[in-house]
Amino acid sequence: MSNVTYSIIFYLFAAITVFSAAFVVFSRNVIYSAFSLLFTFFGVAALYVYLSADFIAVTQIIVYVGGILVLLLFGVMFTNKIMMTKLRTDVINMVPGLAILAAVVGGLLTIFYTRADWVTSATQLQGSVVESIGIETMSRYVLPFEMASILLLLALIGAAFLARFDKAHNKER
Amino acid sequence: MNLPNLVPMFMTMNLNSWSDALAGWMPYGLPLGLVIIAAIPLVFIALYALTYGVYGERKISAFMQDRLGPMEVGKWGLLQTLADILKLLQKEDIVNRDADRFLFVIGPGVLFVGSFLAFAVLPFGPAFIGADLNVGLFYAMGIVALEVVGILAAGWGSNNKWALYGAIRSVAQIVSYEIPAAIALLCGAMMAGTLSMQQFNLLQQGEYGFLHFFLFQNPIAWLPFLIYFIASLAETNRAPFDIPEAESELVAGYFTEYSGMKFAVIFLAEYGSMFMVSAIIAVVFLGGWNSPLPNIGTVLLNDWTTGPVWGAFWIVMKGFFFIFIQMWLRWTLPRLRVDQLMYLCWKVLTPFAFIAFVLTAVWEIYMK
Repeated sequence: MSNVTYSIIFYLFAAITVFSAAFVVFSRNVIYSAFSLLFTFFGVAALYVYLSADFIAVTQIIVYVGGILVLLLFGVMFTNKIMMTKLRTDVINMVPGLAILAAVVGGLLTIFYTRADWVTSATQLQGSVVESIGIETMSRYVLPFEMASILLLLALIGAAFLARFDKAHNKER
Repeated sequence: MNLPNLVPMFMTMNLNSWSDALAGWMPYGLPLGLVIIAAIPLVFIALYALTYGVYGERKISAFMQDRLGPMEVGKWGLLQTLADILKLLQKEDIVNRDADRFLFVIGPGVLFVGSFLAFAVLPFGPAFIGADLNVGLFYAMGIVALEVVGILAAGWGSNNKWALYGAIRSVAQIVSYEIPAAIALLCGAMMAGTLSMQQFNLLQQGEYGFLHFFLFQNPIAWLPFLIYFIASLAETNRAPFDIPEAESELVAGYFTEYSGMKFAVIFLAEYGSMFMVSAIIAVVFLGGWNSPLPNIGTVLLNDWTTGPVWGAFWIVMKGFFFIFIQMWLRWTLPRLRVDQLMYLCWKVLTPFAFIAFVLTAVWEIYMK
């Protein structure tokens, strides 16, 4: 495939990412925002593929689409009846919000332009990334990896404890 | 690349040569080859769902219940599914008044795309694979996430209690059973030392046919194989794990409100993912497109049944075999209750998957 085709596909994915992200923010309906987030996550995964990070792209889909998005949808679908809230959001505090947005985005962009030190690797990426990721995780980054797994285990135990059927509490009633 | 250059490439039998040649085929500067590659699995799913899927399911269920099944349209009812498709095409496209129109319409589409995307990494033979990613297996496993979102969109968009219950049950089930399924596949990946679907097949090649398959290479391999098969039944919402569409409780689960072509698309997606999980089992544990027949002395059964066309034949046959078992189980076993479903996933399959993982690791490091 020619470079032009690559660029066209890249800009297509970039457009999908940006427009769906904008829809997430501007949609009044929370459910629509959540579904629109699907396209944002997929667009970002496609951009990872353009960076030759295919492992991260697939991980992005598994973690964000399969985990976080489903959790988000479950949360919205289950809780709206309990809280009796409408699935709509209103625009409030327009002026301060815009001011903060302009300040943050402007600040970030200025820093990127002036300070960022983009490193271009001299050697092209060779072979599979998966193997090097595995070896690095099990050697140089083994401590952070284990710490993350312990944190996740704690979260799992905590969730199971909270969701457990409370026998003592039920007897009192 | 133009047409004359393409023909000699079809003659060679190099790995991926057909798909590479097809991908580079651009008549008049249009990437037609890429479109054809994308169309091959689509045509395959449509044909197989027509011929084997729906018709086979009806015939198999009929024979198991001592009935004849469809007999009226064509010889032995062979044209029944075609007649059904014609009927579905003509039906009015109904969207309920109170349904969430947008989600109701995109739901089946997202579902179908989710089940169809995994076919990109499925090796149809030694010379054809859509995309030989080095994270192929991981991708095939992860892309199911899209199906989950499609099911939720369909269930919520229908604005129907049965549909919503069905969708939520289905998603809870798919998300939970992904864990034992993923660990079981990880055992296979450990035996192969790769995640590329084409590499899996190459590593299981050999003159003794089925003896080179990972299922027979390792004394514990049957455990992850069984765990993945059970979990894959749950992931495709097949019986005995079909509580998302339990007819006696929920009418039809998340697609209660669908009719016409949208209904057909949902079914196409279901048969597509049924074949995909069967093909994943075949690739990871049963040699994918490799011939199971061994060479016996001068009778070179393995060499005679190896080649690009034979490869496609073997992988499709292995897939169909597991689909047949899925149908067999559906008409044999009763449905599990929700609590039994979760018990099986978290207290049986997941611990055994961990045991299989450790044992496979020990075998790979110390015994081999």
